[in-house]
Amino acid sequence: MNEKAIICKDLTKRFGDFVAVDNISFDVSSGEIFGFLGANGAGKTTAMRMLCGLSYPTSGEAAVAGFNVFTQQESIKKNIGYMSQKFSLYESLTVRENIRFYGGIYGLTNQELKEKGDELIAKLNMGNESKKMVGDLPLGWKQKLAFSVAIIHQPKIVFLDEPTGGVDPVTRRQFWDLIYDAADSGITIFVTTHYMDEAEYCNRISIMVDGRIDALDTPANLKKKYSAETMDEVFYALARGAKRTAD
Amino acid sequence: MRTLKFLLEKEFKQIFRDKGLLPVIFIMPLIQLLIMPLAANFDIKNINLAIVDHDYSPYSKQLVAKIASSGYFRIVSYNYSFPSAVHEEIESEKADLILEFPDKFEERLIKEGMQPVYIAADAINGTKAGLGSNYLNTIIADFNSEIRLKLLSQQKLNTGIELRSSNWFNPHMNYQLYMVPGILVLLVTMVCGFIASLNIVKEKEVGTIEQINVTPVKKWEFILGKLIPFWMIGMIDFTLGLLIGRLVYGIIPVGNLFLLYAFLAVYLVALLGFGLLISTYSDTQLQAMFVAFFFIMIFMLMSGLFISVDNMPSWAKVIARMTPVTYFIDVMRMIVLKGSRFSDISLSLLKVAGFAVVLNGWAILNYRKTA
Repeated sequence: MNEKAIICKDLTKRFGDFVAVDNISFDVSSGEIFGFLGANGAGKTTAMRMLCGLSYPTSGEAAVAGFNVFTQQESIKKNIGYMSQKFSLYESLTVRENIRFYGGIYGLTNQELKEKGDELIAKLNMGNESKKMVGDLPLGWKQKLAFSVAIIHQPKIVFLDEPTGGVDPVTRRQFWDLIYDAADSGITIFVTTHYMDEAEYCNRISIMVDGRIDALDTPANLKKKYSAETMDEVFYALARGAKRTAD
Repeated sequence: MRTLKFLLEKEFKQIFRDKGLLPVIFIMPLIQLLIMPLAANFDIKNINLAIVDHDYSPYSKQLVAKIASSGYFRIVSYNYSFPSAVHEEIESEKADLILEFPDKFEERLIKEGMQPVYIAADAINGTKAGLGSNYLNTIIADFNSEIRLKLLSQQKLNTGIELRSSNWFNPHMNYQLYMVPGILVLLVTMVCGFIASLNIVKEKEVGTIEQINVTPVKKWEFILGKLIPFWMIGMIDFTLGLLIGRLVYGIIPVGNLFLLYAFLAVYLVALLGFGLLISTYSDTQLQAMFVAFFFIMIFMLMSGLFISVDNMPSWAKVIARMTPVTYFIDVMRMIVLKGSRFSDISLSLLKVAGFAVVLNGWAILNYRKTA
């Protein structure tokens, strides 16, 4: 775990006068499950988009999978998976076709596409749904599928932006099983969430307040530091100080 | 190149699964092609004519009979005075033109050798007024030479120059022959222009574009993945339109079909580049729709389909030359009606190719994977 998947130093993003992300610095080790917490509007998604090469940082430095976020976005994109807040598989394509499409554009061979597709459908128990349009699936299923598609090319890091928003507790549990499986296979997980029970599943978490990272440690250490029983209390203690109004 | 294959596969599946889009792409243009050329007819018949005859002589009656038998005019009324004709016929839109014979029309015509008649046209409907008075002038001039011949037959025959014109390439002045190719160009332009301008912006709205932007797909691959399916749709639409032109209107292209398709191929690339450019600048489909509509309106009015580019003021000619549609309508008519060859259209082809390069280059440049 010495190798760093993400190195981020004084990363800043300004939109005019508004500082969305304010000098954040952190490292994420390879194979780690890194929880990226913060209230709505704290700047999580903006920070994540910069790391994914979707948005230019205003200043600071960052490297993802060893590539510079200012100059090597396209190299970063070969090595990461991304699951955005908005559901982004094609609803008018079937489960199988979405897998084939995303696998295909990541450069999987036909052989790999076939194998991966079968494996994934079996794993998600979607044997009966593989020919259904993705738009017709329930949300929980869609999210599990979106995650599996985001890691179909076995990336070094996967970024998950509130992957379990609006999903029932049973499916959330299953979703985290998928995350653990992915982490076991060597994929670094970078995940944002509003569920504090999920925060407990992470190796380390950071909590963003008003564009800054106010806390960064393992869940156990954070609870000790803020003399709190649960992560909920830690989050309250930090987020209460926020000046910014939620989005 | 393999990535492109997957992009195309996805794009075709989406198009053919969109039950709302298919009729718009394939059925609507054909219906329009069946209806519009029949309506867009500038050959005016049934012009309503009111007569004010103060003379009531054999000559004035002869002239009226000649006008009535021309087939263009319908004599709607005989009025006793010009003001009454204006009030009763023109103002109530019963008549489009008034022809007034002055008192002693025949007498003076024989004595003095000339006598004016008065034509008044309702210029609210400009085309009808203009064409109507033109037709009327022609008939009167014809009548004029007839009587002159009669009156002067005893004397020496005047040997003047007689003008006769014939209409080449469209000898019967069939407006459908003239309009159908142009309308077909416009329909293909509308269908392809709209679907291209709405496409990328739709992915923006749904959010799928972000997922594409985070993959290593190259910008040109993505744009090409959008361009090729619509290009094929344009080719198919055009072919169906040519078939309708042949089966319904009996228009068989005189020129080389291969040359026509070669021009279409280049033209479609230019047009789709334009649509995609709108798409990359817009944030919502509604916005893209309005921008596309604005430009399509300009294309319709400025491209020489309804108004000849040669008749436009010079500033308007500049706009006409800036729209690729103008060149295609021109080339289409040249090849279909005249059988023009490569050397005749090569300059237009070059210009449209220029549009294609600039517009697509711009679209690729303006599509940003990293904002």
